[in-house]
Amino acid sequence: MDFLNAIVLISNYVLIPSLVYGSQLALGALGVTIVFGIMRFANFAHGEMMSFATVCTIFITWWFQSLGLTAGIIPTALLALPFGILITSLLVWGTERSIFSYYRQRKSKPVIFVIASVGVMFMLNGIVRLFIGTDEIIFMDGLKFIIKAGEFKKWSGLKEGLSLKQTQVLTVLLAIIAVAWVFWFLQKTKMGKAMRAFSDNEDLALLSGINPEKVVQATWFISAVLITLAGVLYGLDKSYKPLVYFHLLLPIFAAAIVGGIGQPIGAILGGYIVAFSEVTATYAFKKFLRYLGPEGWSPDSLVQFLSTEYKFAVSFLILVLVLLIRPTGLFKGRVL
Amino acid sequence: MSNSHRAVISFAIMALLLGMVGTIQSWNVSLAILNLCLISAIMSLGLNIQWGYAGLFNAGVMASTALGGLAAVLVSHSPVGKAWAAGGLDTGLAPMTLVLTVLGAWWIRRKVPEGYLRKVMFLMWLLCGYALLRYFYEQASLNIEAVDPAQTGFLGGLGLPILISWIVGGIAAAGLAWVVGRVALGLRSDYFAIATLGISEIMISILKNEDWLTRGVKNVTGLERPVPYEVDLQQSQWFMDLVIRLHSVDPNQIRQEALQEMVISASGVFVKLCYSGLFLIVLLIILGLAALALNSPWGRMMRAIRDNEVAAAAMGKDVTNRHRQVFILGSAVIGVAGAMLTTLDGQFTPGTYIPLRFTFLIWVMVIIGGSGNNLGAVLGAFITWFTWIEAEPVALWAVENLNSLLSEENPLRQHFIDVAPHLRMVIMGLILILVLRFRPEGILPERNINSK
Repeated sequence: MDFLNAIVLISNYVLIPSLVYGSQLALGALGVTIVFGIMRFANFAHGEMMSFATVCTIFITWWFQSLGLTAGIIPTALLALPFGILITSLLVWGTERSIFSYYRQRKSKPVIFVIASVGVMFMLNGIVRLFIGTDEIIFMDGLKFIIKAGEFKKWSGLKEGLSLKQTQVLTVLLAIIAVAWVFWFLQKTKMGKAMRAFSDNEDLALLSGINPEKVVQATWFISAVLITLAGVLYGLDKSYKPLVYFHLLLPIFAAAIVGGIGQPIGAILGGYIVAFSEVTATYAFKKFLRYLGPEGWSPDSLVQFLSTEYKFAVSFLILVLVLLIRPTGLFKGRVL
Repeated sequence: MSNSHRAVISFAIMALLLGMVGTIQSWNVSLAILNLCLISAIMSLGLNIQWGYAGLFNAGVMASTALGGLAAVLVSHSPVGKAWAAGGLDTGLAPMTLVLTVLGAWWIRRKVPEGYLRKVMFLMWLLCGYALLRYFYEQASLNIEAVDPAQTGFLGGLGLPILISWIVGGIAAAGLAWVVGRVALGLRSDYFAIATLGISEIMISILKNEDWLTRGVKNVTGLERPVPYEVDLQQSQWFMDLVIRLHSVDPNQIRQEALQEMVISASGVFVKLCYSGLFLIVLLIILGLAALALNSPWGRMMRAIRDNEVAAAAMGKDVTNRHRQVFILGSAVIGVAGAMLTTLDGQFTPGTYIPLRFTFLIWVMVIIGGSGNNLGAVLGAFITWFTWIEAEPVALWAVENLNSLLSEENPLRQHFIDVAPHLRMVIMGLILILVLRFRPEGILPERNINSK
């Protein structure tokens, strides 16, 4: 039995990565769910919007770097983040004005909104590639590791190393701040209360003098903030690649549905559930069990539930299971 | 302008455009576009059955297409005897375990009274079944994939004519649709879309990673063809004579190289024409059946359900069952098209299935053409596929003009050339958004059929 080594091993390869990935998914799912709560449609362009936001931030980061403007050990992209949010808000507001507002005024069916968002997805997909191409881009600079595996081993005398990247800490920290801000906004501010009222019962909200245009604007702005954060943090932590961002759409949808679409708490919980299951289901527990078992014993197989290629499929599997067993998601209702 | 006039004019314009491509670029390019237009037309007919007749937002078109493609491989590829031998007993035991696990689970659900005991039994049974399945499966797949991995490394197919696979592909896609329908039908429209999108992605990752079945990303190439090969045509005398007669040249007057070139290009055209003929036959059959279905009482019922589910249910129509029926039918049609696509390519490449091309592009076709109108779906497929392909040369041409304004060493030049192909995504999105906004009924709107 070697308990400490087992814990370090599992933290390094399962707990920390899935916590970080989960935070990124949670931010994405929160954006999807807030748009759904107010506008009542699943925004298929969410992944491409994240991609667009990240590209804007990358360009501004490069510009800052060329000016010699960096933030020391902290990645320059964080300085560019507010500008990224600004541009993304403009984009999102533009799509709202030119496309979605028309269908809302005509009270079209949700499915028409979805098709329109597919159109937006196509356009953004092309525009992003027009500007930046299809290559993988790493735009992380500054201090890479806070804890290095080798130093940790030396310090603790354990066989297993623990490494902690700066981006991982940043992701979790910023996600907590963003989520706290969203919840504060929804619960405490007048606009947030108006949004919740609108989400609960549109007609009643209109009767009590809530301006729907303002509510919709606020919703898109919050979603733009979340979109940019999720996109940039994911890109910083891994790397930016246009195709990957399209594929992120599905785990994000899965997270939103698992939690109960339209439910902010559900979206966050769903993000972590999806991330933990993806990582856990594809992790080989052989070494972990060897540490826990008696001395000199080792499992015959890899003790891996699914092979790593199925990482993405796990989130869809959860999605399908939830739709089968509990279509409303963990939290019922469609109220913000 | 009535619908039929519009249809005639639109198809005439399409023919003209294809003719222009034929004369400006080459007939080989033009016919290659035509062939994919025909296949896309069948796909969009299938989706039109689901969306136009019944209002189902199926975002899993790709799954049916890929399954059709798999059917083409499994039907036409010759069986790999060595792999079957290497897999041995495990090859049989693995599917048997799967079937027994499913049957047992079903039995437990049916026979054991509900409660704590049933849940535990159910879970235990599934876990044991899964463990056993993994054991047999891993043995078998490792052994099979080890057989000559550069050439085969999979079980192969049945070695039947590939045309049979068009039917098999339809049946397989229908089977998948039945399962998906059990899971996802009855959900709200956008949930249904997300669920089907998710299932189609699972399907593709299975095809990509189960090497023993599909060779995965190593691809299956060199599938047998239902039409003659270019090389054989170039060798045969009757084809030479045909080319000479069509070009009305004197074989003694013309240089040997020029003749050779003519024969090579003509052989490509001939093969593509053979495919076009085959595809056209299938398209016409499906179009005819779809038109019959749409005008029958069944079609009227489907439209009634689409327009008002509650009212239709109140009239005693079984909405979920009808939805399942139409979902299966549409998927079967798409499956046929998927098998045809793989037949045309002569290879099965799981890595190329991406939702933008195989799901959402088909959606654009249906929306542009006119949802609910079969001829509209066909027209939409022609327009969309033509734009999809021809956007690239046009974009490149535009980029070259733009570049002539820039100085020689400007680094943007190369960048523009690299990214020009992505312009078609923007164009597609723009067309979809514009049509949805200004002509939501599509180019050929659905006809109002008054029942007498």
